[in-house]
Formats: sequence, structure tokens, C-alpha cells
Amino acid sequence: MEDTIRTVKEFILERFLPGEDPAALTPTTPLMSSGILDSLATLELVSFLEERFKIELAAHETDASRMGTLADIAKLVQSKRPA
Amino acid sequence: MSDTLHALLDRSASLHADRIAVVEPHGRAITYRALAELSDRVRDRLRHLGVQPGDRVGVYMHKSIDSVASIFGILKTGAAYVPVDPEAPAPRCAYTLNDCSVKVILTEEKLEAALRSELATLGATPSVLVTPMECHSFPLAAMLDREQARDRAPVSETIHPSLDELAYILYTSGSTGKPKGVMLSHRAGTSYVHWCSDVFTPTENDTFSSHAPFHFDLSILDIYVPLKHGARLVLIGEALGKEPLALAQVIADQKITVWYSVPSILNFLATYGKLDRHDFSALRLVLFAGEVFPLPQYRVVRAQLSHPRYFNLFGPTETNVCTYYEVPQTLAPERTEPFPIGRSTTNVVCRVIDMDGSDVTSGDEGELIVSGDGIMQGYWNLPETNARVFITDADGTRWYRTGDLVVEDPKEGFIFHGRRDRMVKRRGYRIELGEIESGLATHPAVREVAVIALTDPDVGVRIKAFLSVKNGERLSLIQLKQFSMEKLPKYMVPDLFGFVDGLPRTSTDKIDYQALKAQA
Repeated sequence: MEDTIRTVKEFILERFLPGEDPAALTPTTPLMSSGILDSLATLELVSFLEERFKIELAAHETDASRMGTLADIAKLVQSKRPA
Repeated sequence: MSDTLHALLDRSASLHADRIAVVEPHGRAITYRALAELSDRVRDRLRHLGVQPGDRVGVYMHKSIDSVASIFGILKTGAAYVPVDPEAPAPRCAYTLNDCSVKVILTEEKLEAALRSELATLGATPSVLVTPMECHSFPLAAMLDREQARDRAPVSETIHPSLDELAYILYTSGSTGKPKGVMLSHRAGTSYVHWCSDVFTPTENDTFSSHAPFHFDLSILDIYVPLKHGARLVLIGEALGKEPLALAQVIADQKITVWYSVPSILNFLATYGKLDRHDFSALRLVLFAGEVFPLPQYRVVRAQLSHPRYFNLFGPTETNVCTYYEVPQTLAPERTEPFPIGRSTTNVVCRVIDMDGSDVTSGDEGELIVSGDGIMQGYWNLPETNARVFITDADGTRWYRTGDLVVEDPKEGFIFHGRRDRMVKRRGYRIELGEIESGLATHPAVREVAVIALTDPDVGVRIKAFLSVKNGERLSLIQLKQFSMEKLPKYMVPDLFGFVDGLPRTSTDKIDYQALKAQA
């Protein structure tokens, strides 16, 4: 779980928040309502997650309730990976 | 033809009463007869509230069958509609509605509280009609039932004003930090709709997908062209538009024949929509507008959807579409320059002028100016801006100065070279960079701000804000994005932020945007 959070966090910082203090992005920072991820950025992130973690995400799984924070995303990724 | 915009619906309702007019995917649909009747009921309620020809009525609703019926109901009173983005910050929306003194606002229960609070702050007192969140039929019909039970509105006549009367006001980004209202007449709208009929030859067998929000000028084609011809209009809402996989399914299932959107939505679909899983053989026209379509992205789309005809439609909100270009089936592989914007539509006349206002020699760069039925009446309550953007020639013809720099090519028509001001297009939305600067300047820690647009091969344009901060304080980018979301529409939130001790200045002490671009 923590590895997943770290990987996704690095991607978001590099791609959408270049220059941000890494400590400012916590597992519970809102990603969508805060404007960090807009619709295009969310699609980019979904592509990254699918490729990096070899999973497939359905459209209804990419909204704020499932991808609203780093912790949510890690949970979603875990649920998609083989046990 | 001398129909008003709303006459187009009523004629189709008499010819195609039982055909489906508007569809909400995975939800409701409405026939032409029912849509005309629902809009009649809106008319009656608005007239009962005192709405008169010449008034303005706000539509602060999500895209839905209700909002389509509301628009026609407003037009049937002889008033003009003012569609406002329900996703934008409430203070901006209230400012817009108050700016043009709407007499009534049609809105939804979930938007009501924030709207009323902001209107109260402004001291504005329009009537507010609120559709309920939960109901078994159309929320608009439920609201009308409730109002009718409380206070009966008599049946009134549909009013068909002169075609030169105001039909709608579309608010666009303003460089002073406040949105400005572009006033368009029935003639501007219908002349464009009739041109679309001539070029795209729609029939009652067509199905159009509406991707743009209703406060955006692409909505004029979306709403009126299909409904003029008895065709079906499928409304693609904000949420569905962000889900390429689901959107691809809807486009295939609904057998969409005419697609009209900004290029970035087409690109989303082609990149993330897994189009090979679906059958898009019904699609016959792909129309795009609102921003330059980067050629690599176009090739990705065309490789997957090769059979439709593709058209590049061009023009600012002030003229809606004023030029168009059909993209050839095959493009030279070595081609890298963007598409031409093409030739004038038949409802306007275009010219290219130099700095002195004289026509340029063919092939020279100049500013595109436009006259004719399709151009706006002016900006709402901005006489000084109107004086600046219109030129009246010796014949008394009014020409709108677009601010677009173009050259005319004898074979391909007009070719877009850029802007003479700081307006940019991002995902089809028009943004005055000054409006972003005004929003960020209200941050208590910001001393100075300058915003630039950077060309990006993947997404077209990225917005970068440079800030100098009081006391050298270091601001969190996350907090700045959050702050921007509270002050600006989502599409204006900068992608990138940079911090500088002081903004670079030119020798005349103006902000040196070129220097900022060089360090971006």
C-alpha cells in the first residue's frame, strides 16, 4: 500500500505539481476538488495506473469517490491486483 | 426565411410531433410535442412573473432536457436567455446574472442556496424558479406543477419578436477580470443555423451529440440545427464528457451521425476511449471548433475514425462560426502546419485589414474583421469596449474586429496566425489571461502576478502563472490551485506556477511577457 502511494505520489508531483514541496501532498490531500487533477490529468493518471500496475479501470471507477486522494487510489489499485 | 429561433422548434413539433427530440443518455428522452408543450408552460410561468419582450432570464442549470425546454420557454416570451456555467464559482455566476439584470433565474435545488447567498451579497432581487432534486418526471415539469398549484399562470401567446431583437447573451472571459456579455440576436442565431442546413444537409434521420456546455457558443449549432430538422439531439453532460470509455459507448449505442466538439474532446476519445471495441459506422460528420487542432492529435483521431467528413469551424463567440474548412480525406504525411480556417460562411462577410484599417494586399497578414447577419449586437453595457471593437465603414456597415491575425491564401482560404491580444483558447474555452491575473491578485500573499500561455504538443496549451510574493513567503502549489478553483472557472486554473522576486519589465515599465516565456 505504501509503495503504491509513493509511486503515484511521485507521478503526480512530477507531472502536475512540478516544484511542490513533497511533504505538502499527503495521502489525504484532496486531488480533484483542490484542482490538482482536472479531467485531462485524471485520464493521464488512469493511463499511468493501468500501465504501471497492469490493471484495467472502468469509467465508473475513476471519479472522486474512488480516486479522490492518494489513499483512495492505492486502495483502488490494491483491489484490482491479483491476491 | 424569417423564423425566430423558437419558431424552429414549434415547426418541427408540428411536423414530427411523436419523434424523439432530445435524449439524456442512460436517462430520459422527450418527443417534439412534449418539448414544445413543456417550453409553453415555461413561457406561461415567466409571463405570469412579469417577463416581457426585451427582458433577460438566466438559465443556471446543468445541461438537460429541462435546460433545453427552459431556453425555448424564455425565447417564447420574447425575452433573451442567459446561460450560466453551473460548474463555475457561484460569485462569478451571480455577477454574470446581476450584470445583465435578469428578471428571473431558472435553477436547480442543489445550486439554489449558494446562488441566493451571492445574489443577496450583490443586492440583486430577481425571481428564482427552482427545480426539485427528487421527482418522478422532469424536474422542470414538477416545478411548474408546484408553482401552478400555488399560483395559477394563465396560458399566454408565444411572442415572435423582430429578428433583430436580442435572443441570448453568452458571457466570455474578460481581460479586466470580469466576464463580458456577448449579445446575439435571433438573426445572428438563425442565419448561422440556416447556413449549417445548407452545408451539412441534416435530416430527421440524423442524431447529433451535444458536447459543449450551453454557455458556450458551440451550443447554438447543437440545440437549433437538429431541432430545426426533426433530428435527435443527444446531450452529453459534464460527467459523461470526462469518461472516454463511457462516452465511446454512448456514441456507438446512440448511432450518432453528427459530432461537434472542441478538438481536445475528440482527442480524449481517440486516446482513451478504446474505439476499436465499437461500431461508429453511423457517424457521417465530425465538426470541430474552438481551438487549433494539433496535427499529430488529428492524425490519431482520423486513423480510428476515417470514414466521416471532417470540418474545421472557426470564429469567436461574437460571430459564432464565421469561416470553415473541410479537411481533405488524405493529408500529405510531411505536413506539420495546422489546418486553414478556410472561407467565410454565407451569413457573414470577412475582410483582412492592416493597422491603419485598410485592406491588406492579398497574402499579407492582417486582422480579420467580420460583418453581416451573424455578428453580435455588442457587449452588454460596455459602450467603450463596443466603440473599440466595431468599425463602421463609409456605407454604414458595422464590422467586428476579431483580434485574429490571418492571411488569405487563394487556394485554402484564411490561415490563422495568432492573436493581437492576450486571449487564448484552452480545450475550446476562451480565456483572457488578464482574468486569471485578476483572480490570483486577490490572494493576500501575492504582490504581483503575470500569466502566460505555453504551447504544448500534448494538450495544446498550458497556462503558467508567475507570482512574486510578499515577504518572500513560499506558497504551496496545492493551496494556490485550491485558491484558483474558488476564484475562477476550472478551465482557468493554471497548470503551472513559478515564483519570481519581481516581474521582468520592459523599458516602458510594462510586464515583459516575452521574458517570462523565455524563462518558462
